[in-house]
Amino acid sequence: MKKPMIFSEFFKNNGPVMGSILMVLVGFWIIVLIVLPQLSMLDFSFRFNLPPAELGGPKDNYTLKNYKQLVYGAAGSEGTYNTVDLMVFVRTIVTAIFVTIANIIMCYPLAYYLGQSKGTSFARLLVVMLIIPYWINEILRAFALRIIFGETGLINEVLTFLHLTAEPIDFIRQNYALYAGLGYAYILLMLFPMYNVIESLDRNQIEAARDMGASWIRIHRRIVIPHAKPGIASGATMVFMLSAGALAVPQVLGGPSSLWFTQLVYQWFNDSLNWQQGSAYAIVLLFSSIAIVLTLMRIFKVNMGDIGK
Amino acid sequence: MGAGVTVNLENVWIKFGDFVAVREANVNIKGGDFFSFLGPSGCGKTTILRAVSGFLDPSEGRVLIGGKDMAGIGPNKRPTALIFQNLALFPLMKIWENITFSMEVAGASAGDRRKRADELLDMIALSGQGDKFPSELSGGQKQRVAIARALCAEPDVLLLDEPLSALDLKLRQHMRTELREIQQRVGISFIYITHDQGEALTMSDSVAVMRAGIIDQIAGGHEIYDHPATPFVASFVGENNVFRGKLQSVNGNEAVIRTNRSGDLLAQITPTAVGKMKAGDDAMMFVRPEALALGEASPDSKTTISANVLNEEFEGNSYSVFLEGDGGKQIKMSLPNLGQDRESSKGSSLALHYDASTAVVMPAGELASE
Repeated sequence: MKKPMIFSEFFKNNGPVMGSILMVLVGFWIIVLIVLPQLSMLDFSFRFNLPPAELGGPKDNYTLKNYKQLVYGAAGSEGTYNTVDLMVFVRTIVTAIFVTIANIIMCYPLAYYLGQSKGTSFARLLVVMLIIPYWINEILRAFALRIIFGETGLINEVLTFLHLTAEPIDFIRQNYALYAGLGYAYILLMLFPMYNVIESLDRNQIEAARDMGASWIRIHRRIVIPHAKPGIASGATMVFMLSAGALAVPQVLGGPSSLWFTQLVYQWFNDSLNWQQGSAYAIVLLFSSIAIVLTLMRIFKVNMGDIGK
Repeated sequence: MGAGVTVNLENVWIKFGDFVAVREANVNIKGGDFFSFLGPSGCGKTTILRAVSGFLDPSEGRVLIGGKDMAGIGPNKRPTALIFQNLALFPLMKIWENITFSMEVAGASAGDRRKRADELLDMIALSGQGDKFPSELSGGQKQRVAIARALCAEPDVLLLDEPLSALDLKLRQHMRTELREIQQRVGISFIYITHDQGEALTMSDSVAVMRAGIIDQIAGGHEIYDHPATPFVASFVGENNVFRGKLQSVNGNEAVIRTNRSGDLLAQITPTAVGKMKAGDDAMMFVRPEALALGEASPDSKTTISANVLNEEFEGNSYSVFLEGDGGKQIKMSLPNLGQDRESSKGSSLALHYDASTAVVMPAGELASE
């Protein structure tokens, strides 16, 4: 891993003017675009939802009420848990984990193929074909999937034509469309980090292992996967975080009875106009996701630095 | 360790589309031999090695190891072990895991592997380094680990693809000796690929010199150096002065060549061309720089060349003297540094003499490009 560049060296390399401009821009990015919004969310989540007139007044105190609401439900329902919201939370996290695992399994063979057939024109064409659908807006893509999975959509038409099913399957209600949509929404963010690390694997290592009698399974288990681990971890982190925080796909493809945790956050902000409550839900989702990622990184022995590579 | 096992290439052709990488290779490697393929980059030597190791199949012909046809047998099933040019150690495995990877594949227990790794580490003088990672070792140490890893599989044939090319000069010379010693200790056949004639000549029992997919000559190092079979071998292996011309007369295994610029010169016909050359043929004569000596204009002017000294370079153990003969013919000679103060001969006019037995003449052909 590269050592962080010391400031004086940074200025020496870039000159005082350019160095200052770059420092200011980076500082703006980090402070204004990342740190301050999160801090204000955190601050919101500990406050009462007051009418504007009372802001800054004697009632404007810090409180844990918004967090209690998630765990125990609205005030007055003491002794019971807010099972509806908590179940949505758990299902969101568990589904996001499964979406991530499915993405790893789907991307690995493709990333290996692309990474090892470096530079052939077919591989390059394949990459372009993978990227083109992502030129379309995420919401439009979700609607496209909704049409494909619909009652008279392509999949049901094919299944009935082949007499594999008598009645059309309700993919939307069964949440299959949701899982497929989430699995597809961020798959490139899994594919490309994996492809990059596998491309950097020296082909001779595979041949050396093969020369020593290793089967293909062993070559992947002992050589390719350990080498690809940082890329897999980086892709998995992004896919998990984005799936758990996805809104458009669950909104469009989710069944009528299934809520995604982000939809609850959205409802608090948009329908109930209770930003404080929404912030508390969002903060819980954010910190839980971070905790899960850090735990998994610990289990799979991945360093934070590897992900940033 | 496996005993010496023969390797035979029978009429092997290897083509990639229209490109012929190896043309009609016939090679018989004796069991326990240190055999080198020597040639410039792109001559097809690595392709031959890949055909022996099983990473590619010959388009025509057969590869036999220990008399057994290897067609259809993959690299993981052949009794060969390959050492790659960049060594291809596994960076995420410890040294002992690297060395015993072939045992891991075969399902040996960790205890057995550890024990064998320690034995091999002793052999390559890296005792106690088994728990390090490859990145913690020096170039020469990695080299030895790669050898140990290949030997751990107890192959019958060890294949080496320019494994020393990444090392610096001193280490390379040291590793030459070490490789030769290891080969004699384990007694298995080594097939060594190199573009470095020094490596090929010092280590090998036999050398095959290759050019553009064709094997020009297979012989011992001495034979290759003293009696090159083709102009390519003569100009690629070591340094040589080349004189072009037409044969004037042939007498047994000696011939006089009428050179374009340096008059009539006497030389031996290279053994493979004896009886095949006649007066009037286009021919080339080669004399090594160290075979030229300063001399009086000898009575037999057919072994004397007159030339002017253009320049001199001090090489440490010798001086390289660059001369210009009649008609601007460039000639190089090498004089040993005997320690005496020596006056520069620059600008002087000299007579160069050689012994006819040290000059070879052969049918004209393609030279190695500089």
